[in-house]
Amino acid sequence: MVTPKTVEVTVGVFVALGFAALFMLALKVSGISQIGGDEGYRISARFDNIGGLKVRAPVALAGVRIGRVSAIGIDPRTFDAVVEMRIERRYDQLPVDTSAKILTSGLLGEQYIGLEPGGAEQVLAEGSNLRLTQSALVLENIIGQFLFSKAAEGKSESGNP
Amino acid sequence: MIGVLAALGRVTLARTARLGRGLLFLLVVLGGLPQLALRPYLVVRQLYSVGVLSLPIIVVSGLFVGMVLGLQGYTTLADFGATESLGVMVALSLVRELGPVIAALLYAGRAGSALTAEIGLMKATEQLAGMAMMAVDPIRRVVAPRLLAGVFAVPLLAAIFTAVGILGGYLVGVGLLGVDEGTYWAPMQAKVQLVRDVVNGVVLKSAAFGLVANWIAVFEGYDTVPTAEGIGRATTRAVVNTSLAVLGLDFILTALMFGGI
Repeated sequence: MVTPKTVEVTVGVFVALGFAALFMLALKVSGISQIGGDEGYRISARFDNIGGLKVRAPVALAGVRIGRVSAIGIDPRTFDAVVEMRIERRYDQLPVDTSAKILTSGLLGEQYIGLEPGGAEQVLAEGSNLRLTQSALVLENIIGQFLFSKAAEGKSESGNP
Repeated sequence: MIGVLAALGRVTLARTARLGRGLLFLLVVLGGLPQLALRPYLVVRQLYSVGVLSLPIIVVSGLFVGMVLGLQGYTTLADFGATESLGVMVALSLVRELGPVIAALLYAGRAGSALTAEIGLMKATEQLAGMAMMAVDPIRRVVAPRLLAGVFAVPLLAAIFTAVGILGGYLVGVGLLGVDEGTYWAPMQAKVQLVRDVVNGVVLKSAAFGLVANWIAVFEGYDTVPTAEGIGRATTRAVVNTSLAVLGLDFILTALMFGGI
């Protein structure tokens, strides 16, 4: 029979182990230590088409993640997609003429926003709007254009003789 | 014909009555919980027998489940050149599903059955009636601490199971199969979210499983036919019903928590 003291100690160890496991899941697995996205400043950009971009997708500058997509919406008048991004506070030197592209990581990977800095003196701040944007490539549209141009080629060839 | 209908009705009535008894029993037990604040050592004692003594099986099973996930996940993902997703796959399947469910199933086999047998034997040997004679409420003294300790222990066990499982996947993936250490952890940290995955899966799900598993275990024990055979049947029924309830509840909770994604 175990003594009451042993019971208390082992139960204490058990509870501590359980909370340590929860801590590990929170810090090491869900990476809460590196979120910090709620503190950055917000900028927005308009795109004709965002393809498969999702909220929380990375925003990268030269391949380095500097923020995340925080919201995606539609402008009710122009029907453009409005993408709102949160950029980490320490990257506050981005010029105002920075351009944004929707890119795909790898052949089948996720879509993310790639920023390319311009050369202006002024820097982006909370609420700034990126003017220069390039939409996502939608595979069906590209194939459609390709078929259309092929068909046009064929027609002009058959019309010549 | 009438006989068949009568049999069907009898079975339905008996089942419904039992379900209602179970629910009323749970309410009475929950009503006895506040008084446990006066006697915390009762709960600590039970935490030892349902929690600490379940640790070996939880740790060993978690390790092997994680290792098998790492091994099989690698085999499938390697075909697509997507082994960098190994960490995400291991972590998400453990955090969302396997951790809470397997921990609850193991708990039902290791601790729930013991609870049923213990309370059933107390009833068969009229210890519960003896307590009631001495004006000690057996539900508050015997049942409530066991239920509370169990509800507290299952999420902790699930968290330990999940953490050990992810480490097991790490051992196999990084140590044995040569996945890069950074590519194991980094996509996992990018994909797994604290509230949506860890809190929903490991904490809320397993708290629900803990309540159901311990409710069934103590009720089967308390409601047992007080004979040797009755205790045996009650123990079997507790494990079977808990397993079914956990798996069914898991589907409902998953649909509610992650269904829209």
